[in-house]
Formats: sequence, structure tokens, C-alpha cells
Amino acid sequence: MNLSLGPLLYYWSRDDVLAFYGEAANWPVARVHLGESVCSRRHLLRLPDWLELAEQLAAAGKEVVLSTQTLIESESDLKTLRRIVGDGRFRVEANEWGAVRLLSEAGVRFVAGPTLNVYNPETLAVLAGLGAQRWLPPVEMSRATLASLLERAPAGIQTEVFAYGRLPLAYSARCFTARHYNLPKDDCQFRCLDHPDGLALATREGEPFLTLNGIQTQSAGVYTLIGELPALRKLDIVSLRLSPQSRHMGRVIEAFQAALAGESHAAEKLARVMPGPAVDGYWHGRAGLEHAGLIHGTEKPA
Amino acid sequence: MPLDLICPAGSLVSLKAAIDHGADAVYMGFRDNTNARAFPGLNFDEAQAAEGLRYAHDRGRRVLLALNTYPQPDTWSRWTGAVDRAAKLGMDAVILADAGLMRYAVKNHPQLRLHLSVQGSATSYEAVNFYREHFGIQRAVLPRVLSLPQVENVVKHTDVEIELFGFGGLCVMVEGRCLLSSYCTGESPNSAGVCSPAKAVQWKETPAGLESRLNGVLLDRYGKDEKAGYPTLCKGRFEVGGETYYAIEEPTSLNTLDLLPEMLKMGIAAIKIEGRQRSPAYVTQVTKVWRAAIDAVKKNADSFEPAPAWQAELNKLSEGQSHTLGAYHRPWK
Repeated sequence: MNLSLGPLLYYWSRDDVLAFYGEAANWPVARVHLGESVCSRRHLLRLPDWLELAEQLAAAGKEVVLSTQTLIESESDLKTLRRIVGDGRFRVEANEWGAVRLLSEAGVRFVAGPTLNVYNPETLAVLAGLGAQRWLPPVEMSRATLASLLERAPAGIQTEVFAYGRLPLAYSARCFTARHYNLPKDDCQFRCLDHPDGLALATREGEPFLTLNGIQTQSAGVYTLIGELPALRKLDIVSLRLSPQSRHMGRVIEAFQAALAGESHAAEKLARVMPGPAVDGYWHGRAGLEHAGLIHGTEKPA
Repeated sequence: MPLDLICPAGSLVSLKAAIDHGADAVYMGFRDNTNARAFPGLNFDEAQAAEGLRYAHDRGRRVLLALNTYPQPDTWSRWTGAVDRAAKLGMDAVILADAGLMRYAVKNHPQLRLHLSVQGSATSYEAVNFYREHFGIQRAVLPRVLSLPQVENVVKHTDVEIELFGFGGLCVMVEGRCLLSSYCTGESPNSAGVCSPAKAVQWKETPAGLESRLNGVLLDRYGKDEKAGYPTLCKGRFEVGGETYYAIEEPTSLNTLDLLPEMLKMGIAAIKIEGRQRSPAYVTQVTKVWRAAIDAVKKNADSFEPAPAWQAELNKLSEGQSHTLGAYHRPWK
């Protein structure tokens, strides 16, 4: 089981992005996912810039995967998608079924991303037949459901699990960051740049609930499976996806690396650098915002 | 048959109301979590489905079956069993979201007509054509996220019929790509067929006002003069940057009557009315208005204008008594 750096879900300045991946070259992650998967208006890095970064990270010994846009709306979105598939140098993660079509037509192996909604082994078999080499379950899937799915999974396909970060929960045509500033989406003035870890949304009694990230809505809680490594190993999970945050990402990765190496205080190390409260309800078959790992032995039967 | 009117049937009474008042087709679900309106007291058992089919077919109308949740590994046979029953009953089409289930349907019931559900999240012609090539889908229902020119671009690049939502509850998120409900309650449309389920709702009078909660999370608080709506998670008021407002979406309904001429011209096959959970009276009123509107636009698209009486009638039935053109109209985004 190794570590995988998920695609950057936020919008950062060009310098910040380049600095982040400059550091990533030295982090103990086997794989780095690159590209803009959330919003087509984010342009400080364009595809040629991502490809250049990809070359640099590949030269540093990382496996590079290009992650595609999750919500495709326009012909120009499709044009970018075709250029990613057409480049051919790097593996591609398909985040919707149009990308699956293009990748299978191109006859290349690909990664089936977490928004393809693979909930059962039959759908996974469809994707494996089309060339999927690795896949991620939807972030809401529980350990028990994943275990049951994997009992009948097609041979040869590898499973990666979203194991750390604010959960990407929803995508919309509407931009909630622009809405907060009373700006139309088409003239959003790129306000996402002011919120490198998203914009916090709380209930009217001040409880952190969600995080607004442009057209994407995330959890406020930070999903973490650092305490679940034995269960993940038992399921033969090949890789743990860690989702980028603007500060202390290197220390997040160190903590997971320590956990993989069997160090006993890894979870405490991680807790010090998490930008919000830990949640892991989904993994235990409960509401996503719960921290069920704390309630030992109360996992709901499937 | 452009601009077919597809109406919701949550019960046999609603089905008959829709057929009697001019629906070209109705859509229904079986009484379990194989469809995205898995609410208590709603939907059809096999005998009721058979009676509904008879009623519709005797009058030359069609019945579509929504099987649009994602099958779970341990209960896979519940979904395949539903496909088998749909074929046996003679459903005019099944509306599916899951690729694995489509493969099952094609293999076992090659004569069964397949529609791609809005829960399949296909927003581009590449995605729509994927399902066409691999499973022979005849129609796709597009998520409520595209502008009208973007819809037209999909229509131009596929021979799959395109169905659009015309009226009813408005999902602000891409359907099939929203897990807010399971984050809060453990149950989402994808895996449980429900959004913001009623069993997780709590109402409480407090000195600060009437509070609505979902699994304990405060969704809204209403003052004395405010009308409280069903606490759908994305339509609550929240605090962002020190302001309290509808941070995601107001409680409002989609209403696209104004857009009917454009939809007709671009070759939209069907207009879907949301609301299997609504009453037979709602189905009656909405079906009447939309039948009249579609007949009028087909007669003369260029001079079509929605009658004020239609809009007034629909506004009465709308959530929050207001409506929007949604994403079809670019500035909404």
C-alpha cells in the first residue's frame, strides 16, 4: 500500500502551485494527480503548464496521472478533455463518462475516478473491460460495502481509496463562491484565489458544516482513515489518496508514511496539522459528518 | 413526437390524474429503494403497476419506470429483479443510471427500451453517446446544470432523444453527483433513493423561532412571519463570512414555460415534470397547464407567450411560491 497525492481541488496562485509541486517531488508519495478537475474558469495554469509539471514530477520518479474535469458543460471543456487524452504521455483519470468514452476509443489504460459512481462489481467490470487499470469508490462508500463489492471485483483492477482531506461532496452549475460575493459566475473575479482551503459554511448556530469551493461543495470535516490501515490492507487497497491542503501537506504525508511504517503516534501527528475536525462516518456506514472511529465497535451492519 | 409531456406518478391516483389531463407518458417507481423517490407510502407494487399500465395503454399513453438509484453489491438482485419485472409487465421504457444495470438489461431483455436517468450525470454528448454505443439508450435526461445553448450543442451531436426538466423542485447540484444528504444523514439519492429523508427531520419551536434540523444539524430558523418549507439540505440558511443567507439555493422551483419555443425548435423530445412525492391535485394542476402550453407552442411557436393564468397557477404550486429558469438561463449560474 502506497500514498497518492490527489488532484489540487482549490485555486491557488501560480507561484503557490509551482512551489507546492516542487515540494511534492520530494514527498514519499508514489503518485501525483495533476490538472484542473473542478472549474474551467481557473486558468493560472493551463494544460501546457500542467504537462510541464507532469514531466518534472515524472523525472523526479513520480507516477503522474492527469485528472479530468468532473463537470463538463461546454465544447471548450470537451476540447481540453480531448487534448488531455490525445497527449498520451501520462495516464489519465476519468471523472465522468465522456472521458471514459474518449479513453476507451483511444485504446489506453485509465483510472476510473471517484465521481464515476461505481457502486457494484458489475459496473466495475464494465470499466475494467474498457481499460480501467485502477479505480476509486465513491467517497460515501462504507468499508463493508467496499468489501462486499471487492469479493466479486474483476481480476487485475487495483483499488485506491480517498483516505484524507475535506470530502468533495457535490458539483453544481452554480458557483457558490461567486454567489457569496454577489458576483455572476461569468464575472467571478476569481475570488476562489482568496480562499486557498475553500470558504467555510457554518450552521446558524455556528457549527462548521460545509466548505464552498467554487462550483464544488466539500465537507467542513476532514476525512481521515489513518486509523484504518489494517482494514485497508485486508481489502488489498493499493493506494491511499491524500487530498491537497494549502498548509502542512508535507506533514500530513509524513504522518501517513509513519502510520504505514507502523509508528504508534502517527494519528496524533496528523491531528496537529488538520485544518478541521476529523470525520470518518462514511467508512463506518454512518452519516459522513460523524467521527465513528471514536465509537469503538459500533459499526452498523451492512 | 417532439415535446412529449412526461408527468410524475407517485401513486395510481396521480397516474390516472396525469393521463386524464393530458400527459403523453408518466413515470413511476417500484415500492423500494430502486428509485430516487424511495419515500414511505409512495410508488407501486406489481399489481398497481400492472393496473397503471393498463390504464395508460388503453388510452394510448406510455409508462416509464424509474430504476435510477445505484445498485448495491449485497442487494444487486433487487435491481435486476426490478428490470425483469419491468420487462414482464411491458413497461414502455426503464430509466437507468447505472452502467452495470444497463449491461444486464441489454443482455437479458434486448427489446426493453432504455433511457439514461438524470442521475447518470451525463452533461455532454460524449457521455450521452457513450451510453448509446455501449447500451443502446434511446433517450437521455439531462441534469439541470446546462444553459440552453449548451443543451442545443448536446442535441446537435447525438441521435439520442433529449429530455429536459421543465417544472418542479430544482436540484442546484448535478444530479448523481451530490452526496450532501448522506454526509448529513447517511442516506443519499445515489445509494438510498432519498435526499434529506423525512425520518431525519426534526422541527422545534424555540424562543429564537421555529427550527428545522436534519439529523441534528440546524438547517434553518424561521421568524413569526416566515413560511417554513420542507428542510431540503441545500435550501437552508447558513453562515458564510459572517453573513446568514441561502448560501446554496433559495427555496424556489424550476419553471421553463418561457423557454418552450426554443426547446421545440432545438428538437427536445420530452419535458419532464418533477414531483412523484407531490399530491394528485398537484399533478392534475401542473399537467393541465403544461398540456395547454405545449399544445399552444406546437400550434404556433413564434407567437407563443405563456398565459398569465398558467404562470399564476404554477406559482401557487411552487416551492416558496417563486420560480426560476435555473441554469437554462445563464445569469442564474
